[in-house]
Amino acid sequence: MTATDTTIDVAGLTKRYGRQIAVRDVDLTLRAGECVAMVGHNGAGKSSLIKLMLGLTTPTEGSLRVLGADPSSAAAAEVRRRVGFLPENVAFHPAMTGRECLDFYARLKGLARAGNDALLERVGLEPAAAKRRVGTYSKGMRQRLGLAQALLGDPRVLFLDEPTTGLDPALRQGFYDIVRERRDGGATVLLCSHALTELEGQADRVVVMNRGRKVAEGSLSTLRTLARLPVRIRLTVAEEAYGALAAAAGGLTRLPGGVVELVCANDDKVDVVRRVTCTGVALTDIDIVQPSLDDMYAHFLRQDAAE
Amino acid sequence: MHSMLIIAGKELRESLRNRWVVATTLLMAALALTLAFLGAAPTGTVGVGRLEVTIVSLSSLTIFLLPLIALLLSFDAVVGEIDRGTMTLLLSYPVARWQVLLGKFLGHATVIAIATTVGYGAAGLALRLSGTEIDAEGWRALGGMIGSSVLLGAAFTALGYLASTAVRDRGTAAGLAVAIWLLFVLLYDMGLLGLLVADGGRTVTAEVVNWLLLANPADTYRLFNLTGFQNVSLYAGTAGLAAQVQVPPAALLAVLAAWVAGPLALASFLFSRRQI
Repeated sequence: MTATDTTIDVAGLTKRYGRQIAVRDVDLTLRAGECVAMVGHNGAGKSSLIKLMLGLTTPTEGSLRVLGADPSSAAAAEVRRRVGFLPENVAFHPAMTGRECLDFYARLKGLARAGNDALLERVGLEPAAAKRRVGTYSKGMRQRLGLAQALLGDPRVLFLDEPTTGLDPALRQGFYDIVRERRDGGATVLLCSHALTELEGQADRVVVMNRGRKVAEGSLSTLRTLARLPVRIRLTVAEEAYGALAAAAGGLTRLPGGVVELVCANDDKVDVVRRVTCTGVALTDIDIVQPSLDDMYAHFLRQDAAE
Repeated sequence: MHSMLIIAGKELRESLRNRWVVATTLLMAALALTLAFLGAAPTGTVGVGRLEVTIVSLSSLTIFLLPLIALLLSFDAVVGEIDRGTMTLLLSYPVARWQVLLGKFLGHATVIAIATTVGYGAAGLALRLSGTEIDAEGWRALGGMIGSSVLLGAAFTALGYLASTAVRDRGTAAGLAVAIWLLFVLLYDMGLLGLLVADGGRTVTAEVVNWLLLANPADTYRLFNLTGFQNVSLYAGTAGLAAQVQVPPAALLAVLAAWVAGPLALASFLFSRRQI
């Protein structure tokens, strides 16, 4: 990993608004070609961190470099040309059409407007919709226009703040397809969300934020190991076999639909499955449920609160 | 520079789109034409100099109306965009904050300029077409009034921008805009008059009054239009005053321009330090 791979470097970053601390002592390094998800409650400091990275606010303490420059310095204009941003609840000027909006933003980035039709098509805004005023747009269409402007000029860094709120599942899938495409093209994607379940399989790394602090960081599997949350094994089995199962594997929880659940540590799961199959009980189905991102998130928050 | 013009162009286009330009231009033209043809009635059958009469009444009305339009147009310009969230997005683009502020200002000032020039120009043209004799001095006076009206509008637009960047809330910005209007357009003159009466000419000399008038863009505008042209001041009844005013017209215009630049520079400074 060379230094040029690093696109964003945050060290000891703190941001205070009066007496309220929005971000406290955060260290974070993001590299080219990775998609990092930042998760946390509303007010956990995700948006504040993004605003700092965009140079909209200035740090109270600590250092911050985006694409090698301080984003709040005068030199940041050049940096912002290579950055894309989709704000939470993106808003546009309602009197302008979708196409006009995109043209305006393209001109500000010093780009030719020729590629804009293709870009609108890529995010799924029909030519007829692009000719309508933004004031008439649905939430999903506004979000798509928001994504289109964030993708202008093939940015090296993409900040997406709660990008999929208000999108239906089909749109969400298309959205993540575009994000993956950009990441594979070498861009750094920083994704903020509290819709945790949909981040599984999208993010290379997850950063858990709570009350302005970074409480955990790592890939999903690293976080799973760190959290040491139990694995649930769900078995569909005839009721007569419950006794034999309980003897082999310990405590059972009955779930509706003739399903029983065994809870064990991640490292023990293979052993438990072996013991269950050795009893000779006729299993109709077996399902191993890993702790979800939601579970881990809840765990890290509990841990943070306990400290 | 380029980014500033892009933003100004967008602002102007939006104003065209949401009918601000049409509405203000029609308002100005209707006002100017009404005053041109009805406002001259008190002077009876005297045909000559109707343009000068129109200029007197029109500039008096401009002092009330134009600052109001300018403040209405501008008080929401910054705080509103921050509120709606469009400012966050705009500032994530490669533009400096002063470029955003000046660009938007330029767009709004252009709206005022179009409305004033077309509206008042239409009145001058209508007078000419209806057979009124207008000499070169008259045209100059009309041109001077249009130009200084644009400056006056720009000054109050700049003050509106200052209000818009100084506060965090749209309601407060609106209140501040109303306060600015009341202060400069109504209360200032009343206060000045009260001061003069109370003082009885002992300490407040003509020179002090001159300076006090320059400290208000609306009064500076009034001085320029009512004393700057001889024929006009004759009708305005300010010929005596004109003799007292030692400030040349060019200096009055410079003062108006300073009233544009000053608030704008302060607004730009406040905006550059603002945490969004």
